[in-house]
Amino acid sequence: MSFPTTGAIDCDLHPAVPGMRALLPYLDDHWREQVVVRGIDGLDPSSFPVNIPANGRPGSRPDGGKPGSDLALLQQQALAPFHTRFGICNVLYGAQSVHNVDLAAALSRAINDWLAAEWLDREPRLRGSIVVPIQDIDLAVDEIDRRAADHRFVQILLPAASDAPYGKRRYWPLFAAAERHGLPVCLHAGSTFRHATTLNGWPSYYLEDTVAMSQAHQAQLLSLVSEGVFTKFPGLTVVLAESGFTWLPQFMWRAVKTWRAMRAEIPWVDRAPSEIIRDHVRFTLQPTDAPPDAAMMARTIEQIGTDRFLLFSTDYPHWHFDAQAALPEGLSPALVQRMLIDNPLETYPRLRESLP
Amino acid sequence: MSKHVVATVAEIPPGKRKLVTVRGRSIAVFNLDGEFYGLFNRCPHQGGPMCEGILTGLIQSNEPGHYEYSRAGEILRCPWHGWEFDVRTGQSFCDPSKISVRSYPMEVAPGQTVVQGPYVAETIPVTVEEQYVVVEM
Amino acid sequence: MSQTLLERAAAPAARLMLVDCDVHHALRSPADLHPYLSQRWRDHLKTYGSRKPTPFTGASPFFKSAPALSRKDTWPPAGGTPGSDLAFMQEQLLDRYGIEAGMLHLLSITGMDQRNQDFGAALCRAINEWQYAEWTQQDRRLKAAIVVPGEDAPAAIAEIEHWAGNRDFCQVSLVTHTIEPMGRRRYWPIFEAAAANGLPIGLHSSGSNGHAISPAGWSSFYTEEHHSIAISQQGLVSSLVCEGVFSRIPALKVVIVEAGLAWVPSLCWRLDRHWARMRDEVPHLTRPPSEYIREQMWFTTQPMDEPENPDDLRDILSWLGWDRILFATDYPHWDFDDPDTAMKVSLTEQQRRMVFRDNARSVYGLDK
Repeated sequence: MSFPTTGAIDCDLHPAVPGMRALLPYLDDHWREQVVVRGIDGLDPSSFPVNIPANGRPGSRPDGGKPGSDLALLQQQALAPFHTRFGICNVLYGAQSVHNVDLAAALSRAINDWLAAEWLDREPRLRGSIVVPIQDIDLAVDEIDRRAADHRFVQILLPAASDAPYGKRRYWPLFAAAERHGLPVCLHAGSTFRHATTLNGWPSYYLEDTVAMSQAHQAQLLSLVSEGVFTKFPGLTVVLAESGFTWLPQFMWRAVKTWRAMRAEIPWVDRAPSEIIRDHVRFTLQPTDAPPDAAMMARTIEQIGTDRFLLFSTDYPHWHFDAQAALPEGLSPALVQRMLIDNPLETYPRLRESLP
Repeated sequence: MSKHVVATVAEIPPGKRKLVTVRGRSIAVFNLDGEFYGLFNRCPHQGGPMCEGILTGLIQSNEPGHYEYSRAGEILRCPWHGWEFDVRTGQSFCDPSKISVRSYPMEVAPGQTVVQGPYVAETIPVTVEEQYVVVEM
Repeated sequence: MSQTLLERAAAPAARLMLVDCDVHHALRSPADLHPYLSQRWRDHLKTYGSRKPTPFTGASPFFKSAPALSRKDTWPPAGGTPGSDLAFMQEQLLDRYGIEAGMLHLLSITGMDQRNQDFGAALCRAINEWQYAEWTQQDRRLKAAIVVPGEDAPAAIAEIEHWAGNRDFCQVSLVTHTIEPMGRRRYWPIFEAAAANGLPIGLHSSGSNGHAISPAGWSSFYTEEHHSIAISQQGLVSSLVCEGVFSRIPALKVVIVEAGLAWVPSLCWRLDRHWARMRDEVPHLTRPPSEYIREQMWFTTQPMDEPENPDDLRDILSWLGWDRILFATDYPHWDFDDPDTAMKVSLTEQQRRMVFRDNARSVYGLDK
């Protein structure tokens, strides 16, 4: 099936860091030496082991390399088939799980420099998300302030689970920086493993960890709303990446029901959580977690109650659809159009600067 | 509509309430600072005995971490599900989604920080005649 | 008396008899268990007491919306905590709503998550003795769950076998906050014993395991903790399915209690989609995960989901299967669902009978 339009904006791509060697040019003398002397390597996140077929679609691995580590393959497989105008790169490498916050900051900075030099400089359609050392909020804000001047960086990237739910006030300086710079904050599936992947501990299977990621997203959404992050930062947009969204209607019903009972506990939540989510939260498309039939998908989207929530993504090189079948059944043409172009442009103001 | 004596004034001192049945319907009369207010004892949510709930103040906030407390004793919490109702007006303090099949008008007056919802408990006109508390139903 | 009670009294013959799949009886105090504890454990209860991976001896750090989590109007006039007075429960719940069977779930005190495992096992036995003597034998409408020390499989199996065959006990209960995900193999013998004895497993959110209440860490508010029950049950269901508990024990039935149920279909869709791409990791799952859920799991309705458009909930119920759904009030808790007013979806007569009565009678074997 040929893709229905040109100018699509892919809001979730994963260029892969080949290994620490690739980051060495982007570290200062001290950290470059530490990495070499101490053998610091192997930071591929456990949330996305690179050899699992689901994490690297057929053809995405260069010879002996990781899926997503080759620009030419990304251009051929992710950008060309969908006539993509812009693709937003979310680099998943373990800087945000490191315990030494100074190392975390150095690695984050190196990842962002690497992305700029070896991807954004070489492919004008690509944009980036700022990897930040979430382990130390001051250092995270430093990296945002440092990087924000490069308008090819269009959002801030956080893992969906780290030390505490992101609504907590200790994270607010990051949201202040995001709002100040007009940058959405992306909560991308994945955990820093500070907590078990479920509240009952560690499941046996990667399948379970994967499915459980949406539970982290749901808890984060609840936190952001309940703590009043959107009251405090009315200009903030949050993007949930790889969270699925077909759980959203029941989540909103339950959140509203609880809020009606507990309003006095969180009195700064001045309107229904469903309204707050519709205004401030966006969801990438893949993986879709689609119901088995198109009619149910259409009803689910109707229940979500807005056509502004959805952002097109391929999640390349993660493998969620075959060939170019990136669009699930049950999306109206109007929603498809909004999802491919209008919603990403609204969500990422910096993209509009590149438009004629 | 007819008038019914439900209590003497002395029976319901400030801060107290009396539950009675009038014409087969359960109601309550509340004394808020010397003024009397009546509500039907049936929550518009699931029909619970809302007038048996606790009375609280109103907590409002414009900023997370800041709490403004006012109107002590004037907010009724239904014992089922905890919805808050303004005893004086019957208005609830929760607001369902604007995507609604029921088109109740919703208004937020300028300067208000608590959005009022379409779920309104039925109020009853209450007057004082000599030493008697009188409802009209 | 409220208007609704008067209305009901006027038309008892029209009432469909109900099975309430979540009723909370309660101890007046831990001393109620003394007749069922040895002297050693009575002393231990009074001194070292209940010890769990929680910071307070007397409360959860997520304070609830109301004392005893309960409706203000359920405090018994004769004294004691909500749910502790059988006569008041009969009047306020069983008689009032025409309940022909009520499934009891005790939330405090729990034995399974006691850090002292011997004490926990003794508590479980005492609780079951107390339930039998003072509840199910006093009102034959009430059915109990066999409370088991589920972190110690042999002890749990012994407790199941002690009560199996006693028709006052209709299910086996574990706390849902387990030390490992509940599908893990350390729990399999317990599920096998329950299934072998024809008893479903009833899983009501309860217990403490020391893990944060979400994979993202510790939330701040009861608002979040209360909602997290529905989120956490997604992980529990995932674990039971993905670890192969259902494929391993085809006769096993599991009931999820007090988590609502609108989250189930989207969890099924997510499980199925990811399983399709990762089947090689879990070869013991020979069918899509949702099939196991829709064949071997049941879900109670409370807290009833409240979409703006009630028909949206009918989509969920219908997708799940009308035979999967068990009505529950959660009496005496503050978010109680009234049998007459909580179900806003219009149901056919057959659906109503299934949801409010027949499904439960079948799952719990009440007609045998």
